Order: sequence, then structure tokens, then C-alpha cells
Amino acid sequence: MSEKKKTIDNVLTLIFSLLSLLYLFPIALVVINSFKKKAYISKRPFSIPSGKSFVGFENYLNGIEKTGFFSAFGWTLFITIFSVAAIILCTSMCAWYISRVKNTFTNMLYYLCLFSMIVPFQMVMFPLSKIANMLGLSTPWGLIVVYLGFGAGLSVFMFTGFVKSIPLEIEEAAMIDGCTPIHTFFDVVLPIMKPTCVTVAILQTMWIWNDYLLPYLTLNMKKYKTISIAVQYLRGGYGSIDMGAMMGVLVLAIIPIVIFYLACQKYIIEGVVAGAVKG
Amino acid sequence: MDKAIKRYFPVFVLPTLAAFTMGFIAPFLVGVYLSFCKFTTINDAKFVGVVNYTKVFTDATFVHALWYTALFTIVSVVLINFFAFVAAMLLTRKIKGTNLFRTVFFMPNLIGGIILGYVWNLLLNGILLQFNKTLTYSSVYGFWGLVILMCWQQIGYMMIIYIAGIQNIPGDLVEAAKIDGANSWDILKNVTIPMVMPSITICTFLTLTNGFKLYDQNLALTNGEPSNMSEMLALNITNTFYGRAGWEGVGQAKAVIFFILVAVIALAQNRFTRSKEVQQ
Repeated sequence: MSEKKKTIDNVLTLIFSLLSLLYLFPIALVVINSFKKKAYISKRPFSIPSGKSFVGFENYLNGIEKTGFFSAFGWTLFITIFSVAAIILCTSMCAWYISRVKNTFTNMLYYLCLFSMIVPFQMVMFPLSKIANMLGLSTPWGLIVVYLGFGAGLSVFMFTGFVKSIPLEIEEAAMIDGCTPIHTFFDVVLPIMKPTCVTVAILQTMWIWNDYLLPYLTLNMKKYKTISIAVQYLRGGYGSIDMGAMMGVLVLAIIPIVIFYLACQKYIIEGVVAGAVKG
Repeated sequence: MDKAIKRYFPVFVLPTLAAFTMGFIAPFLVGVYLSFCKFTTINDAKFVGVVNYTKVFTDATFVHALWYTALFTIVSVVLINFFAFVAAMLLTRKIKGTNLFRTVFFMPNLIGGIILGYVWNLLLNGILLQFNKTLTYSSVYGFWGLVILMCWQQIGYMMIIYIAGIQNIPGDLVEAAKIDGANSWDILKNVTIPMVMPSITICTFLTLTNGFKLYDQNLALTNGEPSNMSEMLALNITNTFYGRAGWEGVGQAKAVIFFILVAVIALAQNRFTRSKEVQQ
């Protein structure tokens, strides 16, 4: 059995290696084309840049200038970090409260959160963008509040799922020792919830960093862009795309994600699994 | 203890509640109301009854988008889950390079839909160029282009969930089956699949809702061309809102129908696959 299994396993390794290369090909193709002159990108996408078609970093400079890439990158980072922080802090507190104080209101709030998870964004997008506008939330700061509101459902759901598994005695002991609920939460409950915080942070980061339509509809586009908006912005009227600038911006948009992914891979994959099991 | 916590309602619940009201509850209720109105902003809404809803079904682009989306969702759910499950089965055999393969297959999930759309736009147009066609030549190309893109993006994600499910199967269960004389096919059918049913529930749920709600990739890959023929529901609704003046009410009515559809499908799917789960 072991001889045969070994051969099969080696063949499998080979097949998966080829598949992996195939998997990376689309991204490699964009990188290759980012060094080619505009006209060559759409006409000969599979050729290697050389001689006439090679333009060095021109596409990158062009793309950065056209989209204001670095400012878009900065705002995306700002919005993602602070929204995720706000979501974790506020919804974990809320989830603890609604699992510890049982009444009709907290029950209702919990079911509303569940309900909000299946509502597609198109259902609320128009009123949401108008309300955000009216309340003056068309800025990256305001967007943090919007993300807290629209992302609350999933996070509250996941945190309440976890709070249920925390033994009540631990909190009672803290309270008897004279801790206020605020102390109890931050010194006792929150540290126990750390794994769930990581899971929620990862799921929300993947969503907010890449989100397109919500910031597109709520942000004041003259002043602020996110990366997704900047990329989409390159598709001018009627499908005319500056392919050179596009390739440059695509590579710039993908690089930080890949670095982040390779650095935190373990947490990301664990977070996704944990999120799926509870969801 | 309840009472002590209760006094802290403003600290613990109010921030989330306020944002949730503003970001979800209010827009949802206003959205339902607006679907019965004629309006261009919220303030000038005039109640018109069910006119918007009757208009929705006379709109050929919506009906087309509905079928297109349904077909796309079915095809992508089947393909993604099949390949993800097969990959997960093979990668739990402890072959060399498993970690590397897992890393590679999962990566596309972190890249945003808009960016992925343009990445595949380049590749698929490049391939079709050899046959003197483009992605927007016919909605069939747009359809399969989108299916390939979504497979490429989501197989890794679902595979991770299936791997976790397969690794959770107690080893003695498989041993016992082997001693009883079960072959690999029997083990797969009678042990592995029933035991990973929770993972199957989650993965079909995720692929189903992702497929139905797909927007970014659709926008970036074909933008609904040629002439709205590769337009899916989410894109159709957004275009009705922001592309056709005077049709905002119809757009909102479409969104309500869309929401009911997603809710019904999600609940039905959940009930169906949960009923197939076994007790551990």
C-alpha cells in the first residue's frame, strides 16, 4: 500500500503544483503587462515586454497621477482600521450586554441583527446614502459610523455566540470583588473574547478594504476615494479604459494585500474557518 | 448582576444601537416605504401605491437579469462546491506542499471584486482575441467569464472550510468503517459526506448568497454589456436607480423583491441542508 500511495501522492503534488502556477497566472499576467506600452497591452497581452513595447515604470506613474492612488490608499487604510476597531469595540460590548441582560428589547435587537445579515445592500443603499448625506457623514470619519451600523449584524451575532460559552461564575466573582460592569468587561470578558475579536476583525477587514458600492455612494468623491473607487474610476465613459494606467494601479492595489496576507496568513485562515463554523 | 449591568445601557449598547438604527433599521424601513413612492430624493417622495411593482415585471431587463442571475448562481454553486470539496479531500492526504497550495488557492479572496474583475478582463479578452472575439461580444462569454472568475476566487475559501470539516472527523470512525470492509467510495458516501454536512451547509449558503448578490465582479468584468445582456440583479437594480431618471421608485421596488428572494432562498437552503446533518 505504501509504495502505491507514495506514487499517487507524488503525482498529486505535481498536479497541484501545476494548478498553483495556473492559479497565479492571471496576476502574473497583469504584472507583465504593467511594463508594456498601452497599445501592446490589449493587442498582444501574452507577449513579454521588450524593446519597443517596454516602458519601465511609466504606467505606474501615469496610474498614480490619474487616480491619486496614494491618497486613495491612505483613506482606504484609515477607513478600514478605524471602522474595524469601532466595530470590535462597540459590538463586543453590545453583544455582552444583550446576552447578560435578558428582556424583550435585547431579544429583539439580537433578532434584528440576525435579520440584517440576509438583507442585500441594494435594499438599503439609496436611503442609506441619502441619510448619511443628511447627517453629514459623507467623509471617511462618517463612513466609520456607517460601517459600524451596517456591519453590526454579523459582529453582534458572532460575539453573542461566544459570550454564551463564557461561564457566568467568572464575571460574578469579578463583580463580587467590587468590579463595575465596565471593569468586568474590559479586564475579564474582553481578554477571553480575543479569538473572536481576531475572527471578526479579519472578516470585516476583508469586506471593508474591498468594498466598492457603499463608499462610492456615500463618500464625497471630489475629495475622497478608496482603492476600489480609484480602480473603477479608470474606466472612463463608455468602456474606454486606459489599459496602461489600469495595469499599474492593479499591481499597486494587489501588492499590499499579498504582503498582508503572507504576514498574517495563519490568523486569516483560522479566522475564516472559525467564522464559518459559527456562522 | 443583571441590574448592575442594566444601568450601563448607554455605554454598552447605545453606540451600536445608534449606528445600527442609522445604518440599517432606518434605511430598511425608508426603503420599504419608498418602494411605494415616486421620488428623486427622500424628501419629495409621493405615495403612488403598487405602480412601481407592476412596472418591475414589465421591465424586460429585470426579468432577464433574474434568470441570468439564477442560472449563474446554480452553475457557480455546483462548480465551486464540487471543486472545493475535491481539492479539500486531496489536500487532507498530507501530500508534500499542502501548505503552499492552500496559501495559493486562498489568496484571491483577499483581493477586491473590482480589482479581480479587471485582472480577468485582461486575461479573458486576451484569450478571446485569438478568436477575434471580446468578452462583451455576447452574454454567453460574459456568463462563463464570470463563472470562471468566481470559481477562481471562491474555491480556495470553501476549500479551507471543507478541510476543517474533514479534519474534524474522528479517525476511529474511518477505522471502524475500514474494519467493517468498507471501500473508499463507501467511506466517502457513508462517513465523510454525512460528517462534513455542516461545512456543506455553510459553503452552499455562502456561495448561494455570494452568487445572488454579486455586483463588483459583474461591474468590472463586463458592466452588463452587450446591451444589459450580461447584467445580474444587483447591477440591474443599481443601474435602475442611478442610470434612469424617474425610475428610482421602480429601482427600490426591485430591491425589495430582490431582498425577499434572497431571504427566501437563504432560509430554504438552510432548512434543507440542516435537515441532512447528523448528530455527532
